Amino acid sequence: MTTSDTIPTHALDIEKIRKDFPILQTKVYGKPLVYFDNAATTQKPLPVLKSLEEYYKTYNSNVHRGVHFLSQQATDAYEQARKKVAAYINAAYDHEIIFTKGTTNSINLVASSFGRTFLTSGDEVLISGMEHHSNIVPWQLICEQRNASLKVIPVDDNGELIMDAFEKLLTDKVKIVAVTYVSNTLGTVNPVRDIIGRAHAKNIPVLLDAAQAIQHMPVDVQELDVDFIAFSSHKMYGPTGIGILYGKENWLNEIPPYEGGGDMIKNVTFAKTTYNELPFKFEAGTPDMSGAIALGAAIDYIQQTGINNMQHAEEELIAYAYDKLSAIPSLRFIGNAKHRAGAISFLVGNIHPFDMGEILDKQGIAVRTGHHCTQPLMERFNIPGTVRASFSVYNTREEVDELIKGIAKAKKMLE
Amino acid sequence: MTIKEQQDAIIEEFSFFNDWTEKYEYIIQLGKELPLIDEQYKKEENLIRGCQSKVWLHAALKDGKVYFTADSDALITKGLVSMMVRVLSGQSPKDIADAPIYFIDEIGLKSHLSMTRSNGLLSMLKQMKLYSVAFQNNKCI
Repeated sequence: MTTSDTIPTHALDIEKIRKDFPILQTKVYGKPLVYFDNAATTQKPLPVLKSLEEYYKTYNSNVHRGVHFLSQQATDAYEQARKKVAAYINAAYDHEIIFTKGTTNSINLVASSFGRTFLTSGDEVLISGMEHHSNIVPWQLICEQRNASLKVIPVDDNGELIMDAFEKLLTDKVKIVAVTYVSNTLGTVNPVRDIIGRAHAKNIPVLLDAAQAIQHMPVDVQELDVDFIAFSSHKMYGPTGIGILYGKENWLNEIPPYEGGGDMIKNVTFAKTTYNELPFKFEAGTPDMSGAIALGAAIDYIQQTGINNMQHAEEELIAYAYDKLSAIPSLRFIGNAKHRAGAISFLVGNIHPFDMGEILDKQGIAVRTGHHCTQPLMERFNIPGTVRASFSVYNTREEVDELIKGIAKAKKMLE
Repeated sequence: MTIKEQQDAIIEEFSFFNDWTEKYEYIIQLGKELPLIDEQYKKEENLIRGCQSKVWLHAALKDGKVYFTADSDALITKGLVSMMVRVLSGQSPKDIADAPIYFIDEIGLKSHLSMTRSNGLLSMLKQMKLYSVAFQNNKCI
């Protein structure tokens, strides 16, 4: 059940929301931009842009170091942003929020630090067949180092995880389960509560790649009881270059630092260095201060709009798009999950997705084509790639209609 | 025709199109029409992998000229590949190696030679030049 079924929502004024995103007024090739590449990155609302400008214009200074006024101000704003993230995902403690460069960086951190501590020869890491390369390759790297092996939960024809197979794969050898909350390619919303429940029954921790969930639905880490969650600012209306790793306090205390440098130390001698406490232990070097603060502004924006309202509006738009796309002869969906968020992937006849993407682009419609960094998933479906339309709160039914017209034109040209 | 003359001819042909639809329809037509490569050469070692679409390229030296055949799995890429073959095939190795390729840019398809590597066309051009340099140096390839 999705939260929007249970929590009352109110309809959003999408036209008013669109005014908050200046880039949506852009024209490409003289045509109004239809931006359906939101799973790659979302656009940024004015408060986020203002926050960046204000930071550099009025209080840019390095954090956690200076005694002077501006440094205090920057530090306060940076730590305030951490509190906003913690509140947004309902973390028990602010120090469970680690600022990273993004989802990829967050997963690499866990793979490396957790792997070095808990993986030994013969152990297994369990991922799924619909993971982004970011949740495959870091685990391959650490498995190779630790002589452990990577196991994969298979995906069925609808693009859903085969839970019976998961149960069988969840042996005592598995030391961590790392799966995506929402598939970036298929839009599948995975049964993460079930996954976490079954893994915890065997005392196995779970990492969720929430890069495609955090902007589409409420995520409550305590309710999920998840051990680690990774996501990126730029996919949730915030700036690029910053992301989040949430980890339960006990796990973050148990795993060693990922990178060494300034800010992550308590005391350094050539004989021995002692590490700083959470969260600073994992934040070596000068962090992305402006990014963190602007991410805080993005979270404020989401909170003010209401994530439940956003989810409701997006679900309605996706249902509309799905119906319209279904009516196109020779269009087939790649992924037909019962629970979907964010994205719809499809192919039309024998048209190469790259050709479709190019003809749509010439009409001002931005979609993503290709393998979406999920090559094993493309292999599973035996296709070179898909055309993916991914949606955000500011997208409209009129834009979906433009997409449908665009596909009809491309079909005429390419078939 | 020299490489330059071939490129200028293509630019001239494209100047008659009124809008992008006509231009792309022409490129797609080229992609559909031309049997570009002998099936026996459509194998792994002749494959140039783009991020999204694939290109197969075969080169042979005959009477001091290089003859290319090529193919792609995406139609628009294939149309561009056929133009690239038209421009460079039948020229001397030195001319091919030295030639600046400007027609793609001039006809407004610059993105196909961009750093995104999405379609393999840039890699194909590099490979065409590499073959020519190798032929020039009399290397066995």
